[in-house]
Amino acid sequence: MSALTFRLRAVPPVSVDASVLSPHRLTGLTRAQIEALQMALGNRSVSVADLFEVSGDDAQHVIVESANERLTHLGAGLQGGTLVVEGDAGAYLGLGMSAGRIGVSGNAGIFAGCEMEGGSIEIAGNAGDWLGAALPGDKQGMRGGLIHVHGRAADRAADRMRRGLIVIERGAGAYLGARMLAGTVIVKGGIGANPGFALRRGTLLLQSPPQHLPATYNDCGRHALLFLRLLERELRARGGLEAFLPLPRTVRRYCGDMATGGKGEILLDATR
Amino acid sequence: MIINGVAIDDTFAEAFGMRATRIVITALQPGWALHAAHSATGFATSVIACGCEAGIERELSSDETPDGRPGVAVLLFAVSSKELAKQVERRVGQCVLTAPTTACFAGIEGEPIALGKNLRFFGDGFQSSKVIGGRRYWRVPVMDGEFLCEETTGMVKAVGGGNFLVLARGQAEALAACEAAISAMRRVRGAIMPFPGGVVRSGSKVGSKYKALVASTNDSFCPTLRGATRSQLNAEVGAVLEIVIDGLTDADVREAMRAGLRAVCDLGAAAGIVRLSAGNYGGKLGPFHYKLREILA
Repeated sequence: MSALTFRLRAVPPVSVDASVLSPHRLTGLTRAQIEALQMALGNRSVSVADLFEVSGDDAQHVIVESANERLTHLGAGLQGGTLVVEGDAGAYLGLGMSAGRIGVSGNAGIFAGCEMEGGSIEIAGNAGDWLGAALPGDKQGMRGGLIHVHGRAADRAADRMRRGLIVIERGAGAYLGARMLAGTVIVKGGIGANPGFALRRGTLLLQSPPQHLPATYNDCGRHALLFLRLLERELRARGGLEAFLPLPRTVRRYCGDMATGGKGEILLDATR
Repeated sequence: MIINGVAIDDTFAEAFGMRATRIVITALQPGWALHAAHSATGFATSVIACGCEAGIERELSSDETPDGRPGVAVLLFAVSSKELAKQVERRVGQCVLTAPTTACFAGIEGEPIALGKNLRFFGDGFQSSKVIGGRRYWRVPVMDGEFLCEETTGMVKAVGGGNFLVLARGQAEALAACEAAISAMRRVRGAIMPFPGGVVRSGSKVGSKYKALVASTNDSFCPTLRGATRSQLNAEVGAVLEIVIDGLTDADVREAMRAGLRAVCDLGAAAGIVRLSAGNYGGKLGPFHYKLREILA
């Protein structure tokens, strides 16, 4: 069996809801049934065959070739299997996914990993605003799983995040972890203004010191926190996360946001 | 059966089903993990009055523990799920949480019972949890930093009450034989010998002439009562010591008994060992029977 592959024939004129190109939506369907599946293209409906050349037959391993940012909702609701996006992914990548793995070779649009509950997303390029966040009006963002961004995440990453792990290599924009409820975010590169704004619980582990910390975070001193050893072991076990290793043996702990209870924390590397 | 001059009684040890768990205690230095483990397994010789039977299974190197620090594996056995959960919580709360630099983790998969789940409330609202690798850990602020404790540990069905009796010419000979046996048995994983030093001198029988007591001295093996009761001791025997074994599985108990019995036989009659026997209740109470001669065959 070979991976079920969808090659985009041409860049669509407007956004396409590509959520149908997920293993859990394709398993058990014949080639004809797959090609006849309908996708929303702007305000009209088109078939998969109108937009993609279809090849292969392994629905648990789906590849979308020549992808670009017009393809939204890729891997939305993913329940298992693997989705490989060769190119860029549009908004809502992996929205609400519960299991499985998504890999993107390019960049991802806004709301990637939004409200995901499990599984993993790996983005080789950059991620747009609201990475792992909640949909507007919803109370909880990411609730489990792993998001790995090799590049940079834009603003509001981990907004209202509830559980899980986000790791970002080249830094993040403003309001990282704003309104966060729990979970862990590790950022290797620099970050923008107001990290952890209104954060209630959870951990922001910043491996590069930020220029400013909000005034609503209080210094708790240098500590060797044991849970970081468990986290480090988990990162090693997952593989592919060597860029973040080793985690700091000693961190400076800032508790906050004191305006919202102060039960969360920003940890800065204090090893050096 | 006679091995190296030691007579092996044609009898069996009778053991019972129990509930058990393994917890892993780590600390900055091995000594502090041991302090906590000794404390947590203290006063845990018999379920008759201690609530549970517990012991140190083995010491763990830093590459065997979840947090990469030296540690100790501890086994706890109780007669019911409810009692085991109570004992684990009480002992970890009083003896591990309190010991400097320690952390506590589940050491076995099984039906989950609380480990740090309720102990977290010691944090008075400052506690926080982390889910790492699908397991939840509680970070409880304490005066030396944080007490890290996994939320639950696993409970499994286990076997308690495996035993054998060493009948020797005198106390010194019996004790030396039991020390050799314990040394060999401690190399068996999944088993503990819960009595002090692994050895018990007050072997008991079920019941008593006193209504309030559920167990009393095993008079038929008491050398000073040889002329006063239906003694099972001949004139050669001056002292009897017992080793009790709890194991995670039937095989663990059997293996530990084999290791101990062989160690005693290796010393032989020349070391003052007369007989090896075992305690049972006629085979009607406990579902696990360990026939000495089969084990040593």
